[in-house]
Amino acid sequence: MPDPFMTLGEKLALQGVTRRTFLKYCTSLASLMALPPAMAAEMAEKLAKSTRQPVIWLSFQECTGCTESIARSHSPTLESLIFDAISLDYHHTLQAASGGAAEAARLASMKEHYGKYILVVDGAIPMKDGGVYSTIAGISNYDMLIDTAKGAAAIIAAGTCAAYGGLPHANPNPTGAVSVSDIVKDKPIINVPGCPPIATVMTGVIAHVLTLGALPELDEQKRPKVFFGDTIHDRCYRRPFYDQGKFAKTFDDEGARNGWCLFELGCKGPVTRNACATLKWNGGASFPIESGHPCLGCSEPNFWDAGDFYRALPEPAGKVLTTAAAAVAAGAVIGIAAGAIGRRKKAKAAAERKPVTSDDLK
Amino acid sequence: MNLLHSPANATPPSQIGNIHALLAEIAALLGKLAENGGSGFIDLKSLPLAPGEARQLHDILGRGEVTASIDALGPSEIIETRYPGVWRVLHRNAGGDITADLLEIAHIPEILKAHPDDVRTSRLRVLERLAGTQ
Repeated sequence: MPDPFMTLGEKLALQGVTRRTFLKYCTSLASLMALPPAMAAEMAEKLAKSTRQPVIWLSFQECTGCTESIARSHSPTLESLIFDAISLDYHHTLQAASGGAAEAARLASMKEHYGKYILVVDGAIPMKDGGVYSTIAGISNYDMLIDTAKGAAAIIAAGTCAAYGGLPHANPNPTGAVSVSDIVKDKPIINVPGCPPIATVMTGVIAHVLTLGALPELDEQKRPKVFFGDTIHDRCYRRPFYDQGKFAKTFDDEGARNGWCLFELGCKGPVTRNACATLKWNGGASFPIESGHPCLGCSEPNFWDAGDFYRALPEPAGKVLTTAAAAVAAGAVIGIAAGAIGRRKKAKAAAERKPVTSDDLK
Repeated sequence: MNLLHSPANATPPSQIGNIHALLAEIAALLGKLAENGGSGFIDLKSLPLAPGEARQLHDILGRGEVTASIDALGPSEIIETRYPGVWRVLHRNAGGDITADLLEIAHIPEILKAHPDDVRTSRLRVLERLAGTQ
């Protein structure tokens, strides 16, 4: 029987894994976490000395898109994290056990690792009518969250639903859905929003805990700054076209064919913080803007109620174009200004929300 | 060596300007390496390069005299560019997906060096082998 106190480095050394392999692994981790590559050597030392981190994953009012996203993670693979670095003790979709055996596994892990396990939650929590709209083994999501959160060292709210309420929270919110941080107030919570969240961001947060022994630095919305420090607009490769005042006006005009900025087609990049523009999707193949579609702002609170997807953020647009022209000289200041204008517009749109119709796509 | 005006740069210039900025960064890191031996890194995956810019950069940097391959958690390729001291470090996982794409400005990339723990283990293994041959 393997020694449970053996470090990861010792376990892998028995299999002939060298420290060069650790360095390669951590170089990849540093890259996906947007950490300085020079930190890879230090991370490799700490990872080699780490023991398996217990993780309990609760899925509430969700579509399983978040699990799909992370289960298809390319780099590093979730499998490698699960089997080499974490102990995933409970996950409805991935675990072999079901029914009473599954719940027994959760309770056993909670007892054995009380105060040490990481709790991952995806999905919102319905509060209306006593939480009857989503239950697991006869236990309401609310009760299960309260019970499991007690012994957690930290909670990762994975996806926009867990972080902000997401789609279940959208107007008229028939189930009274709320976020994890609306309920749990006495534990460190890391929000990893996105619909779904980028898999490499999820694995990156877990790997950050494993390699650096601490939670990543968070912003005012409890998001890891390393991944959510910049807006999509800040890091978009089409940003120079915005600064030059070159915009696609429709999805099939010359501007669209030339790959110009999608701001006037409703891109929410200026008010959306996420890492899509650099980490990208599908193993780094592309991201929505690179595929010619505006950012929907799916990682922001209330994104579903924040106005029509295909209407430009600022109003009137002429003001922004004037500002954009000035930005050739003013540099990045424009991003801040447009972001502020956009956020005001977004709040206004949320207050005056109208359903999206097919006309919006024309 | 003037990277910004290399005759090897036959690729049309980027419309966006990232290539110029990257070459300036490489030149600065080479200056640091030459001055005090300090190495530096540029993580190409973290940069918002426009489609085609990465290829343009690699066309400019080209390939030099040294190429090394590593087989650990998937293949890796270490290539010295045509500018000595500028290495491209390309890591892939077992599925072939790129997990890290770096430029390392160093006399020799860190990943090629043997770790002291591995050296100690290696010595023990050789001693065991030596004992077995007596």
